[in-house]
Amino acid sequence: MSYVIGSGLTRYGRHEGRGTLDLMSTATDLALANAGLERGAIDGLVCGYSTTLPHLMLATVFAEHFGLAPRYAHAVQLGGATGFALVMLAHLLVESGAAERVLVVGAENRMTGQSRDSAIQVLAQVGHPDYEVPLGPTIPAYYGLVASRYMHEFGSTETDLAELAVAMRRHAALHDGAQFRTPIGVADVLASRPIAAPLKMLDCCPVSDGGCAFVISAAAEGPNPVRIGAAAQHHNAQHVSAAPSLTACGAGACAARALDAAGRTLADVEHAAIYDSFTITLTMLLEEIGFAPRGRAGALARDGHFDRDGAMPLNLHGGLLSYGHCGVGGAMAHLAETHLQMTGRAGARQARRAGIALLHGDGGVLSSHVSLVLEAA
Amino acid sequence: MNDDAAIDGVSKSDWTRGGDRIVFQRCVACRHTWYFRREFCPQCGDQGPATHTSAGAGTVHATTLVQRAPSDEFRAAAPYRIVLVDVAEGFRMMGHGDAALAIGDAVRGRVRTIAGRKMPFFDKGTDES
Repeated sequence: MSYVIGSGLTRYGRHEGRGTLDLMSTATDLALANAGLERGAIDGLVCGYSTTLPHLMLATVFAEHFGLAPRYAHAVQLGGATGFALVMLAHLLVESGAAERVLVVGAENRMTGQSRDSAIQVLAQVGHPDYEVPLGPTIPAYYGLVASRYMHEFGSTETDLAELAVAMRRHAALHDGAQFRTPIGVADVLASRPIAAPLKMLDCCPVSDGGCAFVISAAAEGPNPVRIGAAAQHHNAQHVSAAPSLTACGAGACAARALDAAGRTLADVEHAAIYDSFTITLTMLLEEIGFAPRGRAGALARDGHFDRDGAMPLNLHGGLLSYGHCGVGGAMAHLAETHLQMTGRAGARQARRAGIALLHGDGGVLSSHVSLVLEAA
Repeated sequence: MNDDAAIDGVSKSDWTRGGDRIVFQRCVACRHTWYFRREFCPQCGDQGPATHTSAGAGTVHATTLVQRAPSDEFRAAAPYRIVLVDVAEGFRMMGHGDAALAIGDAVRGRVRTIAGRKMPFFDKGTDES
């Protein structure tokens, strides 16, 4: 058994003058306080990477900086899937007995720590260094390619995609930590600046500063434990040029394996937290996992299906699209919100039922996938 | 028709070791066909894949029009279309494409200079190659 016993989430957006280690420290302080623990209670540490603080040994750097003496520590790199992969790893570590309480932390000053061109160029490196990157694509371009094919095969329209951006913004309006809270409509999304057709500015998540951390424990201790029921991964080709299919990404089978390992089915799930780097990402993941029929995610969003009081509350903090995306911490915010929801602490955003949650993240261009099943302790 | 001998000596900066041609690899043992150059077959592990020149004919599988370029050199070329093309010899590749291309279009590719570099470019034209 393993439990999320503490979570800490900063606001996402601009944190002028604060570096990766500062934001990691703030998120960790919040997570420890939430768990009711001092730093000495932590004996394991897993973290992600930071594009503004590239280092061979970020876990050790942070352990020294924050004052931790873990008996197990290292960093993980899996793009946007890193956060949930870290939680899966922490789950396996405490189940194996390698550690009792593992700190999971991801943070970065991705917005103010570099130029916008630099951020865009660093992220584009998930493409092939010889065969793709020299052509001048961007992350939105890789996802634009995927979107064109998905829309061709399943009939989703730009309006359908826009509905998901509108829903995420509606949710973010209720979270004072979200980077973007001003309500938007479908017309705003459609009229926003073209980035990489069919994706426009408001189809894309922002670049943010921020951080998020969790304490994963072998025991259901402290005031806010939530059980990690199971976790699963799936990995495709890294590069879009080498992907056998642009539209079958493996998320469905990955989520099904996690649910099966937890002894659950999709029908048991009461709360969803799904990676939403772009509106097309969220569309594809929702539809392949089975939260929406093919081509229908946008229509369901428009009808309030994914709202706080809808049939399947989704990303109630606003997701990457509106809460923000600071790299490794980006998807971790989905779990921080899920933790709040499952322990009844989400205030104005609180959903009626959140006893069983499915979380799913991807990294690269739908290259790497991680699914998590969380259950009330 | 192993083109390895012709490819030796062409600098890596030329499209990728095919110079002015689009090249791909095929396993002599299992016939698996692929695009990213390797010294072995990723399907069966055979150590002697053959490198071939593609005629460049294919079909557009996916497409995007990049408006927000990643750097100054590409900003001068923006907006530009990037396509994934299913090439007739049995592999998929990324290239630049004519602005008007859409999914399903029959295209022909060649290596051309864009933003100061040689790279594959696809259009519908059959009269210029």
